[in-house]
Amino acid sequence: MNYALKRILQLIPILIGITFLSFAMMRLAGSDVVQELYSNRGTEVAQEVIDAKRAELGLDQPFLTQYVNWFVNMLHGDMGNSYVSGSPVFTTFINKLPATLILTVMSIILTVVISIPLGILSAVRHDRFTDLLLRFCSFIGNAMPNFFVGMLLMQLLSIKLNLLPVIATGVNFRSALMPALTLAISMSAKYMRQVRATVLEELNKPYVQGAKARGVTDRVILWKNVMKSSLLTIVTLLALSIGSLLGGTAIIESIFMWDGVGKLAVDSIEMRDYPIILAYVMWMAIIYVIVNLITDLLYHQLDPRIRLGVTKG
Amino acid sequence: MNHTALSSDFNTGKAPTVRAKKIHKNTLKTRLIVFGVLAAALVILAFFSEYLCPYDPYVQDLSMAKAAPSLAHPFGTDRYGRDMLSRVIVGSRTSIYSTLLLVGFITVFGSFIGIICAWTGRWLDALLMRISDLFLAFPGLVFALAVAAVLGGGVQNAIIALAAISWPKYARVARSQTLAQKESVYLRAARLSGCSTAKLILKHILPNIFGPILVTAMLDIGTMMMELAGLSFLGLGASPPVAEWGSMMSDTRNLLTTHPWVTLAPGFAIFVSVMIFNLFGDTVRDWLDPGNGR
Repeated sequence: MNYALKRILQLIPILIGITFLSFAMMRLAGSDVVQELYSNRGTEVAQEVIDAKRAELGLDQPFLTQYVNWFVNMLHGDMGNSYVSGSPVFTTFINKLPATLILTVMSIILTVVISIPLGILSAVRHDRFTDLLLRFCSFIGNAMPNFFVGMLLMQLLSIKLNLLPVIATGVNFRSALMPALTLAISMSAKYMRQVRATVLEELNKPYVQGAKARGVTDRVILWKNVMKSSLLTIVTLLALSIGSLLGGTAIIESIFMWDGVGKLAVDSIEMRDYPIILAYVMWMAIIYVIVNLITDLLYHQLDPRIRLGVTKG
Repeated sequence: MNHTALSSDFNTGKAPTVRAKKIHKNTLKTRLIVFGVLAAALVILAFFSEYLCPYDPYVQDLSMAKAAPSLAHPFGTDRYGRDMLSRVIVGSRTSIYSTLLLVGFITVFGSFIGIICAWTGRWLDALLMRISDLFLAFPGLVFALAVAAVLGGGVQNAIIALAAISWPKYARVARSQTLAQKESVYLRAARLSGCSTAKLILKHILPNIFGPILVTAMLDIGTMMMELAGLSFLGLGASPPVAEWGSMMSDTRNLLTTHPWVTLAPGFAIFVSVMIFNLFGDTVRDWLDPGNGR
């Protein structure tokens, strides 16, 4: 518990560093936010209006003051308002989260369902036809960018077979299926390989031979011993992908018009909506640290060697 | 006793194993040559792409717009009547060379930082590793977008953005490898015999850590190519009319429903090149790091 607390405290310097970096980069961006804002609206305005707007947004203050102000407000739970829509950043962001969460959960479930059984099958049938076929498929999948997979699926499922809507019709199951499937195909190609390699490595260990010699059936060895040890790697991988999925997969979300945080990030960067970008950056940093933390904690649970090593130290 | 054990070993298991290994090595050599030649061919083709395309990739011919694939235009034409085959061929130059440049840069830069970290240790190591943590935690997309906002779009800025978030991986590999080498006996011997730091690093450490770094880089080419294409797809890398596979796909994506070949042709080009580089990368990995292969 103490350990977890220490890790969470580590979040603080990372958050400060990351927000400062983003702040600095946006400052460097050169282009004047306010001018950009008005030109996006297509209105020509006087310099006084621009100056007034700058003062209102606090952009006339020195850089460090701006940063400190923002940070202090953030600690009070106020992340400012969107430059574009004027609505609070926090609510805007929270409103987009469910869509990304749904997509994450669905694509992880699909990935687990596809990659783990196939990976194990591939390892058990090492170098036989099934293995070669599965490896071939995973190889193909690995070489395709996910937006290409998405377009092929669109072409096949929506246009040829007319099963699913081409672009999202709102946040619902049917619309989520195709982006989730796209992500799952791309990830499964990668994981199938990893699962296969891990299981294969375990299967080649002496204890498996020992168990076989003692007459333990293959099935028991596979599910009771090998799986238990392979779980560690698989769990780490999954945790890492959950992390990147929660960040919203900008490309997939924008292809399928799925209204999640990834699309929000792309849109707000196009509009130079800095407060929202900062919120997104913070969200990503938090995910990164928490995912790492959970992975470590799971390691402790799953691997007695690490667990005991820590209690001793 | 010892002798009998050895000979029984020899009679049962050992000899066939040696042969099997030899066979494995032979196919490895063939694979290395075949995929190496393919990868090299791709790089050379990309270099001479301008001379290879049947039509001018930038000339518009509206009378031929959105033509379906035919003998004259194997990949069809886009909405401006530009020949897709020529555009895909010319696009290879942007896509492949930017990827190679990117991977080359992050390999050198990351390894440099990693070696410095491991060699000096203490506060510099801690500082640089924290910085690399920061970049690892930083959402790649935001960074790319921010760079695009600061410097404007364009392929070179997409490369900068990806480089900024990708070097920590190499720094980590180089650091852990150098740390392992630093404790080795041979290095202590070299140091005792009066080698300068520069010589120790360049002549003794570098050759020994080169393998893992090269493997990491080779396996990364395909991924980086897809990432770059992805950035261009979002409109942050190469922008039209420059022919680049990712931006070509995004540029034509609303034609997917009616004229799929326009969108899918560059996609297949990415797929094929990534596959070739992946195959080559895997083979190099098997070659330099045989234990890890199967």
